Amino acid sequence: MPIVEIAKLSKSYRVFQKKEGLGASIRGLFHRDFKTIEAVRGIDLTVESGEFVAFLGPNGAGKTTTLKLLTGVLTPTSGAASVMGYVPWKRENAYRRRFALVMGQKNQLWWDLPAAESFRLHQHIYRIEPQQFQKTRDGLAEVLDVQHLLGRPVRELSLGERMKMELIAALLHRPEVLFLDEPTIGLDVVAQHNIQTFLKQYQQERKVTILLTSHYMKDVMALCRRVVIIAQGRIIYDGSLEGILDQFGGQKVISLLVADGKMPDDLSRYGELLLIEPPRAKLRIERSKVTEVLSAILSRYAIEDISVEDPPLEEIIAKVFKDNKEEGE
Amino acid sequence: MLYFTILRISIAERLAYRVDFALGTLMRFLPIVTQIFLWDAIFRGMTSGPGPIAGYNYHDLIAYYLLTMVSRAFSSMPGLASSIARDIRDGTIKKYLLQPVDMLSFVLMSRLAHKLVYYGVATGPFALVFWICRGYFSGWPDAWTMLAFIASLLMSFLLGFFLEATLGMIGFWFLEVSSLLFVYMLVSFFFSGQMFPLDMMPSYWPTVLKLIPLQYMAYFPAAVFLQKVTGPQLAWGLAAEAFWVVFFYLSARTMFHYGVRRYSAYGG
Repeated sequence: MPIVEIAKLSKSYRVFQKKEGLGASIRGLFHRDFKTIEAVRGIDLTVESGEFVAFLGPNGAGKTTTLKLLTGVLTPTSGAASVMGYVPWKRENAYRRRFALVMGQKNQLWWDLPAAESFRLHQHIYRIEPQQFQKTRDGLAEVLDVQHLLGRPVRELSLGERMKMELIAALLHRPEVLFLDEPTIGLDVVAQHNIQTFLKQYQQERKVTILLTSHYMKDVMALCRRVVIIAQGRIIYDGSLEGILDQFGGQKVISLLVADGKMPDDLSRYGELLLIEPPRAKLRIERSKVTEVLSAILSRYAIEDISVEDPPLEEIIAKVFKDNKEEGE
Repeated sequence: MLYFTILRISIAERLAYRVDFALGTLMRFLPIVTQIFLWDAIFRGMTSGPGPIAGYNYHDLIAYYLLTMVSRAFSSMPGLASSIARDIRDGTIKKYLLQPVDMLSFVLMSRLAHKLVYYGVATGPFALVFWICRGYFSGWPDAWTMLAFIASLLMSFLLGFFLEATLGMIGFWFLEVSSLLFVYMLVSFFFSGQMFPLDMMPSYWPTVLKLIPLQYMAYFPAAVFLQKVTGPQLAWGLAAEAFWVVFFYLSARTMFHYGVRRYSAYGG
């Protein structure tokens, strides 16, 4: 029984057009042009309990809108979804007690008060039993190494520390489904790594279902087996990380180390020359040509080392977005 | 228990900015000083000798203004409508959608907390001013009048809250409500009786103005204390006030319900 089921979910916004200039502003008092933006166009998705799913996509793809639909912040234009059997936009208290949403760079904590006070408030809002609450809070604070900061007003914390507090607040009531919207955005590398490690561990221990949106490949690679690529409001890929390479990665990168310092000068006939710094060189070639090119190079030149790699995942995904955009236009 | 915690936390939040209101409390009385001087000049300037205007003589007026300070202490909701509208505009309202809390109750408790803190501290200065001016009052009214006075104050708190909350909820339909709120502020300053007792308005105005809820924000409780409104009129006035409380409670609830449905989550 899937924990999240989405069928043909769509959401359009009406956005008022504001043109430049005084004349347009005055006209705007009497007549408003509006444009309909289809943020999400009929997506279908199922997620099983305990899965860790990443939503990848360019800006404006519909990732955040999808999360908002699943958490009841938005009501869809059409389609259906259910999470743990609840219809999210009914916003039933029973549902709200069982999930949490954390948005990167957006605060749900009280700004002027210590995080501890916000946690106390959460305890009462979610009706968490006091002993359970203390145990959970202390456990999370310890793992995230923020015990000493609980008494400090939230506004005095750094972005990374605030994010940790937001996570704690979200997990105090032990939600079964966790929605994360760009949780590591704006954080430095160390903080990102900490959050990633924490999430991975938490997910493994507690077997919660996590839906995460991110721009950062590192988040995705570190955490998820399953990746859903959304672009222009549609799901264009749903599967494993490796599968992306298979489906979209049409090229390979060959790295060479020449022996005797003899760098051949006609490497470009085999493919796109990415790098030539004797004794190293890098070539990008079509996958289908790998064997052919390898055997040619090895037979012709003295090679000390050679390796065949996939281009960086970011590149592949960026290309997918770009292709999809061109298709859609 | 939840609402007690909200109360406690809101109090803590208010106390985080202590300096903010220490001096401000006494400053609140300054505007009425100008008005008192004005009335003094008016009464002295009356060619037939000082006499009551619409039933208010000089002492009554000073008492009236001081009492409107008390009504305003209960009914004024500074920044409520604009903060609700702002929360809608910048997406902060999401919090109330995601968590199992009711926004109206939460904000009501918050406001209650702020007022308790503010007027808890302000009781000192207020009591001082009233004691200094005790000569302008003709003693304490009887028990029934006091009861009516307190009832009207409590209701004016609720009325003030739900009315401004309703105005703030307009933010679900119009992103910019600041002009509307400004107009409301101007209108309510006049028609709530803060400038002068509504009885002083010419011809049919007092009757009309007593039909709309603004009078309960300043005029009505003061008039009740001064026994300018008595008997059946008083009963009627209190009943109408209760009606308005219910009316605006329902309107705030309804607007929230429909507003949220329409909500497009601007501001990320």
